[in-house]
Amino acid sequence: MSQEWVYTLVFLAWLLGAAAFVIGLHQMNSPATARQGNRISAVGMAVAVIATVVWLVSLGVLRTEAILIIVVGGAIGGGAGWWLARTVKMTAMPQLVSLFNAVGGGAAALVAIDDYIRVQGTPEESISTAIFVVLGAVIGSVTFSGSLIASGKLMGRISGKPIPVPGGRITTLGLAALTVLGLLLLVLGADGGPLTLDPTVKNLVLLGIVAAALTFGVAMVLPIGGADMPVVISLLNSFTGTAAAMAGFVINNPVLIVAGALVGAAGGILTKLMADAMNRSIMNIIAGGFGGGEGTVAAAGEGGSVRELGVDDAAIQLAYASKVIIVPGYGLAVAQAQHAVRELAEQLESRGVEVSYAIHPVAGRMPGHMNVLLAEANVPYPALREMEDINPEFDRTDVALVVGANDVTNPSARRPGSAISGMPILDVDHAKAIIVIKRSMGRGYAGIDNELYTNTKTGMLFADAKDGLAALTAAVKGL
Amino acid sequence: MSQELLTAIALFVLAVLVGFEVISKVPATLHTPLMSGANSIHGIVLVGAILIAALAHDPLSYLLAFIAVVFGAMNVVGGYVVTDRMLQMFRKRETPKAPAAEPKGQ
Repeated sequence: MSQEWVYTLVFLAWLLGAAAFVIGLHQMNSPATARQGNRISAVGMAVAVIATVVWLVSLGVLRTEAILIIVVGGAIGGGAGWWLARTVKMTAMPQLVSLFNAVGGGAAALVAIDDYIRVQGTPEESISTAIFVVLGAVIGSVTFSGSLIASGKLMGRISGKPIPVPGGRITTLGLAALTVLGLLLLVLGADGGPLTLDPTVKNLVLLGIVAAALTFGVAMVLPIGGADMPVVISLLNSFTGTAAAMAGFVINNPVLIVAGALVGAAGGILTKLMADAMNRSIMNIIAGGFGGGEGTVAAAGEGGSVRELGVDDAAIQLAYASKVIIVPGYGLAVAQAQHAVRELAEQLESRGVEVSYAIHPVAGRMPGHMNVLLAEANVPYPALREMEDINPEFDRTDVALVVGANDVTNPSARRPGSAISGMPILDVDHAKAIIVIKRSMGRGYAGIDNELYTNTKTGMLFADAKDGLAALTAAVKGL
Repeated sequence: MSQELLTAIALFVLAVLVGFEVISKVPATLHTPLMSGANSIHGIVLVGAILIAALAHDPLSYLLAFIAVVFGAMNVVGGYVVTDRMLQMFRKRETPKAPAAEPKGQ
């Protein structure tokens, strides 16, 4: 076959891969076809990668070094990814996704940088190449360092509290300005541009841009609190897609452009959905949150007194209810209490209590994370109910059991003038009785008091989510 | 601008629109698997890493290409495997509720 023919076939294989990504994402519409969708997408990926290798072999351009790099590098990276993905606990999954996102961004940045070094001084070094190289390198580097910090925060290696960056806003703005300056230098200095720069100078400028972008990623994520990490990971996921598309422009490869653009759009939509659910703009989150920080403030506060509830009283309320709604939140994910909550629910169901779960769109550490955690704990899928779907049912509910959720249950969101005004909430206060399992009276991420706790219908059970649930289960069993 | 570049830009814009259209229909319950699935798709950068490995001809570019291949392969394999694990859990349920929920926040 002539080389032109081979390239045509390879191009079609790339197109097939891109189509598989679109179909795969589309099938993720419903739980019934989602797994098949993911597999179609994986097959598309395999087709695209194998076609690339076949093409290079047929061109005869693969030297021993290149073959070694591809085989050994692929085995190391693929092996590590496979092992991590097989062994990770489902609660630790968000940080793993963040780590995979980091390496993806890193790879996109490296592809752009390497290509730029190669085309130096050739006619290929055009103004448009310079623009896409810098964009790919910058976006890729920001996601690489930013996702690593996000992953560290979720793992607990780095404090989940907002960490101020020295110099604050000025540092971030300065880094951004440096990047733009570097971009201008490289574009003006490109082949056909008005500036003539020594190749060494250009490489140093690119190195400077990458260093500034890496620092920017760190400075961007450090001041954001742990509860906002879902939004940040989603945003960084979108960035990586865009970086991959930019790398695709640099090496002029259609499948990179299409797949990268798809992911850029996916991450963008997810980020917006999550920010909407918290009634905050993406800029507001990136600019550093509510200033309150995570629950450090103690004491019942001005709003009124709270009623403390013992384990036995709570168990009796639950066991003799006819309808119970469990409201799991961030605290449940942190305490890894998903199995404990399922055990309690099973105990209650064996006594004839109707149990369902109210899932706020931003419950957990990632959008939909709570569904995955509860699914892993064998909670039947139909028992997980979305916010709009379950809110009308709180009026008919005997007991609402809130486990580690705070701001998403705060009735003050319905009134203007509160930090969370307008945020959609679960109507927990409409239930006949409310039990809140919470470690202390600490405030939620928004740093405001929760009126739900001072409601006369509410009893507070002060305990760690996991221990509290285990104690409740034991108490219900003993009744 | 060259014809090649213009075609590439058209491809990019259309793919973004397809992405919006396909993804805005996914129910919130599947957002985590979706994020993870999208995360594996940008592992396509592995193709780019393989291409630059083929063009590498000095120690620096060998190193850059090697790291890029390791990173890309980790992104692809890890991403798909972890997404499959997540979705497997959803599949174990008896009959999933047919229309899970309306997509939110248009």
